[in-house]
Formats: sequence, structure tokens, C-alpha cells
Amino acid sequence: MNTHYGIYGGQYVAETLMPILHELEKEYLVAREDPAFQEEFRSLLKNYVGRESAFYYARRLSEHLGGARIYLKREDLNHTGAHKINNTVGQALLAKRMGKTRLIAETGAGMHGVATATVAALFGFECEVFMGTTDIDRQAVNVERMETLGATVRPVSEGSATLKDAMNEALRDWTARSADTFYVIGTVAGPHPYPLLVKDFQSVIGEEARRQCLGQTGRLPDEVVACVGGGSNAMGIFAGFLADHGVGLTGVEAGGEGIASGKHAASICGGRVGVLHGSKTYLLQDDDGQILETHSVSAGLDYPGVGPEHCFLADSRRARYVTVDDTEAIDAFAMLARFEGIIPALESSHALAYAIRTAPAQSRDRIIVVNLSGRGDKDMDNIRRFRAQQAEKG
Amino acid sequence: MDKIQKIFASCAGADRAALVIFCSCGYPDMASSEQIIDDAIAAGADIIELGVPFSDPMADGAAIRQASEVALHNGATLKRILAMAERLCKKHPDTGFILFSYMNVMLNYGLEALCGELRRIGVDGILAVDLPYEEKAELAGPCRAGGLHLIPLVSPATSLERAAMIMGEATGFVYSVNVCGITGIREQLPPEVAGRLAALKERSPVPVAAGFGIADSASAKAIARVADGVVVGSAVISKLLVPGDLVERRQSAAALVGSLAGSLSRHA
Repeated sequence: MNTHYGIYGGQYVAETLMPILHELEKEYLVAREDPAFQEEFRSLLKNYVGRESAFYYARRLSEHLGGARIYLKREDLNHTGAHKINNTVGQALLAKRMGKTRLIAETGAGMHGVATATVAALFGFECEVFMGTTDIDRQAVNVERMETLGATVRPVSEGSATLKDAMNEALRDWTARSADTFYVIGTVAGPHPYPLLVKDFQSVIGEEARRQCLGQTGRLPDEVVACVGGGSNAMGIFAGFLADHGVGLTGVEAGGEGIASGKHAASICGGRVGVLHGSKTYLLQDDDGQILETHSVSAGLDYPGVGPEHCFLADSRRARYVTVDDTEAIDAFAMLARFEGIIPALESSHALAYAIRTAPAQSRDRIIVVNLSGRGDKDMDNIRRFRAQQAEKG
Repeated sequence: MDKIQKIFASCAGADRAALVIFCSCGYPDMASSEQIIDDAIAAGADIIELGVPFSDPMADGAAIRQASEVALHNGATLKRILAMAERLCKKHPDTGFILFSYMNVMLNYGLEALCGELRRIGVDGILAVDLPYEEKAELAGPCRAGGLHLIPLVSPATSLERAAMIMGEATGFVYSVNVCGITGIREQLPPEVAGRLAALKERSPVPVAAGFGIADSASAKAIARVADGVVVGSAVISKLLVPGDLVERRQSAAALVGSLAGSLSRHA
């Protein structure tokens, strides 16, 4: 099958991983068409994850902004507090089908790590989660959650000690132990077939949002907005609207301290084509092709690459990609809390900030759907730290 | 016969395996790494793999990762490595040189430009760590145009059927990985390595060099009995990574290369 999206994607891995990727592809393509697999997946999404997730008109926020109506797809209400669980349930079912006994995962903000540890407990897998030491510091609560769920958190101190380094280490582990181990990748990146299967497992977000939007408003939205680190929540919600050409798709990348500062994590808006973690993609890299350290107040967006299908959607202009910087995201975080009683994840706050920025200039009959991909409880320490730093800078 | 073929033919004539040494270019700095490579050649290396450091070496163990990090910190770039390679090729016209790199650094340079430059310099081929058979077309074209070998990897995870497909399109030699996993020395190589290498050799139209996990002359000697070439990287780099005087560390690395070179004969 085609393993690329235009020039992007593919399987840029050492030969040792190719046979297991072939096995995974073969198994997934069968599972994809197997009604029993799909039924088990759907049943867990309903009864364990708690789907469908709410589709909510943010009335006070929209009226305060005085422009387009903003609807929120409430992935923050899922079990474990983010969209990540949709994917880990699907991959755990695949792992079981393939007879694997151990799950490994990389994590940045810790949400994917928690979601993997959760399904490992649910299915009785051994579980190890690789996490950069920088992220361990800024997401301490999620480390405790993973350990409570029975997973071992393996600290990674190399490189920038964030998500990309955790992914390197997970790939190394998998290279040595693919016989008993299933690598649960948390986003639509990595070598084929991961971008495909993660998108499939997350596409439930878009399917529901489309149906709910039609049900509540009688029409499709004008624009669907989602934050993009690796891009799984965005690909999940975009999937429901790709064929609706009247619906604009906007991915919001982490602008950090601003693109001009060089301190950001905006791979599409500020990067060049390269190869990392098994896939050809837009990458933040220096003049010699070394991967750059990224910056974002949100650990979950702190990744120098992006899913290959997003690169393809960007080039083909089916979706457009913009940036929101740290401060704007923090403001959106506070605004949603105050106006709607919802504390969003800092990642999702980027998507929200873009809607807040653009809604006022649009007419009231326009509809913007924001994928509220996760909840912000995990970010409280982080917000406090950011505010303290800002206060020091005066 | 090209240079790589001549090297393997001459080793076969002497009834020994060829010694392939992986060097982390730019470790600990560009000038020292050139001396380290000179030393390795003087000590008996037949082919040098010029390891290009990458910020995210997902197939490498601790030793090569540590060396790469230091090299990058001290200013190693592909351009400077090519300049060094040009001097090395002039100094050592009978030694084989293979550029050993992750794809991103080469893509960033431009694959056609890189292959043109390598040909001009006199480098014999490229090994791209993260470029499996399915993705190789984009580099195989420029390699062919530049008269360069594109050295493929096979691993214990590779079925013999797949290995035959990979090796059937290979030129130069094939690099067979001894163990599933990342680079780095192992206390013991799995017992099935010898049988596996024999099966690969039976099916390969080009010489088979084996690497990963080789710690010393004893394990090199065992591999040399069944492979056309023996690749050692991390063990030599480990000698350089210990703290202390650089001249002494270089001597100790060169001594290891010397003892490896002395262990590859199939007579004794």
C-alpha cells in the first residue's frame, strides 16, 4: 500500500524495525476490516472512555467576543482527561491481537503516557513510558498518575530531554524488544502505519463533531480549529470534515516566544522538510540538518516535527497552519476558565486562542468549532511558574 | 574492479576478513578525529566508516551517542567532515571510505550535491542508517549517478527471503547486524550469529561484513571465520570516551584496532 502522503511520511527506520512494521501494517489492515475488532473498540470508547464527548456552544465566551459562535468539542471530558485515550484503546486492542505482552510509549505532557498506562492496566500489559527529564519536572502529577496505574516511567536526560528524546529512546527499546513489545505511538507521526492507524483511532472526534454540529445547528461549521504538536487531535477532528470543502481547517502550532525569536515549536510555519522518527516531515532544524530544541509553554506541543499528513494538507492548502504564542495561549486558558467554567489544557488553549483572536471580526452566523483536546488540571503548576517568570521580567 | 572489491578480494586472498572501523567524525574535535582515523588505518583498518554525528541518533547505543553529542558541541558539520574526508582519501588511497549517516543530515545537504561531492573526493559509498529497502530509491539514484555504493543493512529480524531481495540489489558490500537492537558492545554474541552469516553469504552476490556488539579480538576472531568483513565501532570509541590524556586514549584505541586486525586471519 501507499506509505506516503505526497512526499511525506514513509518508513525511515533502521532495517531491524522493518519486519515489525510490516507485521503491524498487515495486522492493522485486517483488524480495520474486522467487525469484531471495530465493535470491541467502539464499545470501549462508549463504556470505558465515556464517549460520545459533548459538543458545547460556548455562549458567554462567544457573546463576550461579539463575533462568530464558538463551539467546543469536549475531548477534555474523556476518561484520563484528553483525546489521547481514543488512540491508546485502539493500539492496546491491536497489541492484544498481535500477542504482545508489553507496551511502551513516549510522552511529553504526560497525557499519552497516562493514557497508555491506563490501557495497560485495563488489559494487563506490562508498561514502560519514556519521558524527558525536563517534562518530568514540569508534569510531576502525570508521573505520579502513571506510577499509580502500574507503569514504570523511564527518565530520558539526553538532548533537550523532552518529547523527541523520549521518542528516540522508545524507538531504541523497540528495536531491541519488538518480539514481545508493542510501541504505542501517541501521535500521527512516526513511520507508516502509525500516522494511518492513529488518525483512524482519533477520527471518532471528527465523526461525532460533524454529526453533533449538524444536530445542534442544522449546518456544518465554517471553520474547525485544533492545536498541532504531532497533530493527532487535529487529524482526528479534521478527518470528519476533509470531504466537506466548505469547511475551513486550521491547525494551530506553538509559537512559543514568537517565530522571530527562534524559540518556538512551529514545524510547518517555521521549519523545513527533513526526516525524523521514521517519517519525512517538516522539521525544526539548523543549517547542518541537526534537530533544534523546541520551545513552548505547553509540553505536549514541544516537538520539532509534525505528522506527515498535516504537511501534505498544508502543501495542498486543504488546511492552513498558524501560530499562537505562549502569552496568547495563557490568556485564552484564563478566559475560558472565567467565561465558561472550563479549564483547558495549555495545548488546547492554543487552538482556543486562535478562535478568540479571529472570532470578533466574523459575523454572528459563522460557526467555529474548537477541539478542546484536553483538560488543564495538569497545567496548574506550569501556569503558576509562567506567571512568576513574567512578573520577574516585569 | 573498484577499490571496495579490491579490498575484499585481497583480504580473501590472504584468508582473512576485512577490518571495517566506524569512527565518530568530529569526536572529540575535528582535528583529533582525523588523527584517530589516521591511527586506525596505520593499525590495520581496511575500510573506514565515516560516522556523521546526528542530534537524534535513534539506532545508536550510549557510546556513539555520547561521541556524537561531543562532536556536535565542538562544531562538527557535514561540510567539515567532507573536507576531512578529502584529505583522508588523498593520504590513504588504498583505504575504503564509507560515509555513515542518518538521512536528515544528508537530505539537508542535498542528495545529488552530496553524491557529486563524495565522488569528487574519492569516498566509495554511503550507508544511510534509517533508509531501508522500501525508501532507498531517492538516494540510490544519486549514488548510482555518482558511482557510489549504497551499502544496505540486514538484521536478524530480516527474513532470509527479504535479505536475498536486499542483497540482490547491493553493490560494494552488505552490512549484517549481529543483534536486534542498537549499536554497542555486548558481553556475548548470540550463538546463532555464525549460522546466520553463513546463510547470508550463500545468498549474497557481494561480500558480507558483520557488526554490532563486537567487543574485542576474541569476538572479532569468531565473526571473521564466517564473515567477509568485521565491523567495529563502539568498542574503539569506548577507549576514547574514558577520561584522561587524549594521546593515551588515542594509543589505546589504536592498540585495540591493531589487536582486532591481528585476529582476523582464518589460519590460526
